[in-house]
Amino acid sequence: MPDPILQIAGLDARYGDFQALYGVDMTLAEGDVLAIIGANGAGKTTLMRSIAGLIRNGADEIKFRNVPIGALRADQVARRGIALVPEGRQLFPSLSVEENLLIGGRSGRQGPWSLKRVYSLFPILEERKRQPSTSLSGGQQQMVAIGRALMANPDLILFDEISLGLAPIVIRDIYRALPGIVSQGMSAVIVEQDITKALSISSRVYCLQEGRVSLEGASTTVSREDISRAYFGIE
Amino acid sequence: MEWLNAVIQGVLLGGLYALFAAGLSLIFGVMRLVNIAHGDLIVLAAYLGLTTSVALGLHPLLALVLVAPALAAIGFLLQIGILNRTLGNDILPPLLVTFGLSVILQNALLEIYTADPQKMDAGALETASVSLGGISLGVLPLLTFAVAVAIVGALQWVFYNTALGRAFRATSDNQDIAQLMGLNKAHVYGYAMALALAVTAVAGIFLGIRTSFDPAIGGSRLIFGFEAVIIGGLGNLWGTLAGGVILGVAQTVGAKIDPGWQLLAGHIVFLLILAVRPSGLFPKVTG
Ligand SMILES: Nc1ncnc2c1ncn2[C@@H]1O[C@H](COP(=O)(O)OP(=O)(O)OP(=O)(O)O)[C@@H](O)[C@H]1O
Ligand SMILES: [Mg+2]
Repeated sequence: MPDPILQIAGLDARYGDFQALYGVDMTLAEGDVLAIIGANGAGKTTLMRSIAGLIRNGADEIKFRNVPIGALRADQVARRGIALVPEGRQLFPSLSVEENLLIGGRSGRQGPWSLKRVYSLFPILEERKRQPSTSLSGGQQQMVAIGRALMANPDLILFDEISLGLAPIVIRDIYRALPGIVSQGMSAVIVEQDITKALSISSRVYCLQEGRVSLEGASTTVSREDISRAYFGIE
Repeated sequence: MEWLNAVIQGVLLGGLYALFAAGLSLIFGVMRLVNIAHGDLIVLAAYLGLTTSVALGLHPLLALVLVAPALAAIGFLLQIGILNRTLGNDILPPLLVTFGLSVILQNALLEIYTADPQKMDAGALETASVSLGGISLGVLPLLTFAVAVAIVGALQWVFYNTALGRAFRATSDNQDIAQLMGLNKAHVYGYAMALALAVTAVAGIFLGIRTSFDPAIGGSRLIFGFEAVIIGGLGNLWGTLAGGVILGVAQTVGAKIDPGWQLLAGHIVFLLILAVRPSGLFPKVTG
């Protein structure tokens, strides 16, 4: 087994007095795709924001290539090579489509991704590059959010709800593009509500339930019954 | 003809007000910070200009070469050291802290320079004038206005055509997501304050050449700056220039009616515009 790129151990995340994650343990091998599933409010977004540094935790609770990053600010985490495609796209409304992509690449990390490459993955964005990002459709905005994260040439990319609110055909396109994206030496964590999709794209799957890991396994071997039990907490 | 003259003098005066306001507008746009000490920082710039031009025998406008970087450095350190700590969901801390800063600056200037009014000596520039179709225009007001237009144009260019401007707009849109792009919010705000105070240096020097100043005049410069920003619409730099011009014209036309009305006329026009268009004449259009 290759060295883990990401190791999470005993991660407790809080919003003020409310504890959203309890002792989450998770390991991601270099080059792997890991899927996270779980009901609404299970803590998936909290986990992604914790990895990205938007929620700060104990330093050793999150390690990236064996370096503790749990207590770093989001900009420090980003410069180390982790990019997040946030839930709800979260583009910059004052920036044009192209500026949203350019600001994603501002850290200047070297790698395969450039404006040209993003435009060849999503040609519609090149046609719309001068428009305000808010003038795009939801699916097109999701493409910008993905392109913006890729522009950083991250070693680890986090997708929070990649397909939420998108038309099936757009989801299909994005999932078709994913293997190509991840095969460029990137590792990925994908939050996905659609369990079939989650299992088909990933090599390992984690299920969160009320802030705890309720299931962990290889995507090819976990059974549907185990998943429904882990998902809903039905015994 | 006299009325036309008053209007033209008002437009040119508006250039000075736009210089007062540009820095305020910029930092409000980037970080939603209302800097109560802004007027006192303008006065600080005027005193620094006075000291450097007297000590080194420089023309006050040349002193800008030293004063603008000095104020930029002060701005960066002030932001990183103090103001960043006050920014959050609550709008009160930055108001209180910049108010405190205003008091400290005024008293420090009083201690160092006394309350005696001072003025910078810009030589022939102060009295030079050109005649245009029977109206005599001072070269200094013309230069002030031209510099104000150039500065607003330059700030606008930085905002919309550079990576720094992109960082300003992105951070203003959404601080968290901007951090995800590897932008250190504390530094982005530091650069914004540095840029704002460099502009403030220009405002302070032009103020100090035009009129005499003492440590207590910062408050009214703050008010003029505020009024220009709000008349023009928050977050719109060209609007701020227009706001300065409207305020200047209101004041000179008011003074034409009755010399005692100069300031009152400006405030009345400000209130009228605020009553009719609460978000200013040219608010930033957001998508
Ligand atoms: N900013 C916040 N302040 C307080 N509590 C929060 C905040 N954000 C999330 N929570 C709480 O934390 C828990 C986990 O939320 P989280 O957003 O991580 O869930 P999720 O698994 O991403 O859900 P969804 O599938 O709906 O996106 C929920 O109970 C939620 O109410
Ligand atoms: Mg979520």
